[in-house]
Amino acid sequence: MDSDLIIQILFAAIKTGTPLLFIALGEVICEKSGVLNLGQEGMMLMGAVVGFLAAYTTGNAGLGVIAAMLMGSIMSLIFAFLVLHLGANQVATGLALTIFGTGLSAFIGSGVVGQTLQGFQPIAIPLLSDIPYLGRILFQHDILVYTSFVMTFVLMFVVNKTRIGLTLKAVGENPHAANAIGIKVLRVRYLAVMFGGVMAGISGAYMSLVYTPMWVENMTAGRGWIALALVVFASWRVGRIMLGAYLFGLASIMHLVLQGLGWSISPNLLAMLPYVATVVVMVIISADKFKEKLLSPRSLGKPFDPRQMA
Amino acid sequence: MKLKSLLVSLGLLAGASLVHAEDPFKVGFVYVGPVGDLGWSYEHDMGRKGLEEYFGDKVETTFVENVPEGADAERVITQLAKSGNDMIFTTSFGFMNPTVKVAKRFPNVTFEHATGYKLSKNLGTYVLRTYEGRYISGVTAGMMTKTDTIGYIGSFPIPEVIRDINAVYMGAKSVNPDVKIKIVWANTWYDPGKETDAANALMDQGVDILLQHTDSPAPLIAAEKRGLRGIGQASDQSKFAPKAHIFSVRDDWSPYYIKQVQAVMDGTWEPKDFWGGFQDDMLTLASINSNLPADVRAKIDETHDKIKSGEFKPFTGPITDNKGNLVVPANHSLTDVELAKVNWYVEGITDEIPR
Repeated sequence: MDSDLIIQILFAAIKTGTPLLFIALGEVICEKSGVLNLGQEGMMLMGAVVGFLAAYTTGNAGLGVIAAMLMGSIMSLIFAFLVLHLGANQVATGLALTIFGTGLSAFIGSGVVGQTLQGFQPIAIPLLSDIPYLGRILFQHDILVYTSFVMTFVLMFVVNKTRIGLTLKAVGENPHAANAIGIKVLRVRYLAVMFGGVMAGISGAYMSLVYTPMWVENMTAGRGWIALALVVFASWRVGRIMLGAYLFGLASIMHLVLQGLGWSISPNLLAMLPYVATVVVMVIISADKFKEKLLSPRSLGKPFDPRQMA
Repeated sequence: MKLKSLLVSLGLLAGASLVHAEDPFKVGFVYVGPVGDLGWSYEHDMGRKGLEEYFGDKVETTFVENVPEGADAERVITQLAKSGNDMIFTTSFGFMNPTVKVAKRFPNVTFEHATGYKLSKNLGTYVLRTYEGRYISGVTAGMMTKTDTIGYIGSFPIPEVIRDINAVYMGAKSVNPDVKIKIVWANTWYDPGKETDAANALMDQGVDILLQHTDSPAPLIAAEKRGLRGIGQASDQSKFAPKAHIFSVRDDWSPYYIKQVQAVMDGTWEPKDFWGGFQDDMLTLASINSNLPADVRAKIDETHDKIKSGEFKPFTGPITDNKGNLVVPANHSLTDVELAKVNWYVEGITDEIPR
């Protein structure tokens, strides 16, 4: 492999990892507040189809992204209402949201299957894109990829260095204590879930507007589920999510690259790589019970009722 | 698809209660992809529409799209057979065993399975000589490539795909002795995301002409973005890549569907393994790009005419496989039965067929 090829592979890994990054960033914030939303895949598909429809009818990809964000937040609000207000089981509700989103997106998108549009074009950032090697890998992408870079750093800062981050963690670790010091637990959780929905929407829009500028039923192909694994893989740290997303992206294109290079490894075996990686990390993390507890938000998946004592 | 299967079962109820003396001849179709794939399934649906147009009220058609190859397929085919269809076309290789099973249970229904090889007294098969189009594609790619590297996105390593890869390579080699072919298996018939990844992986490795055995226009879109070229599969895909598109090898199923439905109506239908190509007007070259160099264009027409007239058959010996065995002796052209069993790469393809 020459250096040119390596650069192109890494460039492609970032592109492939970007939808994972968006959706996993949303999910990590949601989980940090103590809510487990398994509806990622459904929200992402709805974002993808609505984003595509909006961009297709208006001819403006930017509007597509905004529509997808709105759709994602609407989907997440349905979820939030059910689990936060009505105290429904988070796992069951999340699964239902995914099934709902998969079916509904196929239904509303059936008219535009096979259509295509002009999505976002790549923009080379002046100066930065001239850096040898790194410039070509990092700074010749489209606007959404740059957004994901900025988003990651903003979230790292907010979660680790600000009061908002502390509040979020307090709600996720011990909602009763947070409630006692006057934090509005449900409000924080609503906002965190909605943030997850918005990010899932952008992630879906990235799929249908940039990655493959077209709409096809079930086009996210399980990326919402990979994102859930990715959050565990990153042990709920924002920075590690970025790293993990690109690793997963790399793993999912590697089997195609190696085939092109003429390696005689079964493509099916190689296509399995990202999933194997997830299982391995899960095993490593859960091998140490104490560590597992330290890492995951302690009230993850547990409903909170302010009238009940801890 | 769900709605469609509901309609099919409603049709069953309606069919049971209303018995007409002059019932239309009912034909069912099963597609592996969405009719909007603008590739394989789209063209089968065009064939279905052609059938309706030709027979008018005498024929009634139903289709079920997006049917996964597997247990679901058997359920869908059974449902179509139960709901009073007189003839059922199943249009993907993976529907072979489900079709065989259902055909056994419904001896009064006539079945036709595309691209398969299992026949029974009420089950015929039909396939396109896609390798003819691939040979022309190979000749064109061999002339157009500047890097001497053409890329092929494979779906599954079945004889049809292996045969087409060979045809592409032989075509390319006939005009460009230095040409190499890179093959990537996407393990799907239709997944635009994966097809894009595969296309980019190939282009990253120096491929400048893309061919595909998957059905979405995603690889062409990817080629257009990078200023490289590609050839459309199954239907006219020129509008997705105005600059990159070289031509599309278009499938046209309606002549066959009309002929077979007529045969069943007349009672002359027999289970056969039918192969249709340029000679039968079931393959055509669509939207040959006007931006091709004149010599390439001339060569395309020349090769096309030779194949269409039957003067040239791509799988004519001597052909040696890439392990050094003589697989087609001199002066012999593979018969249809032999073509269906191609499981070797021709000499010069430095790759192995995944097992």
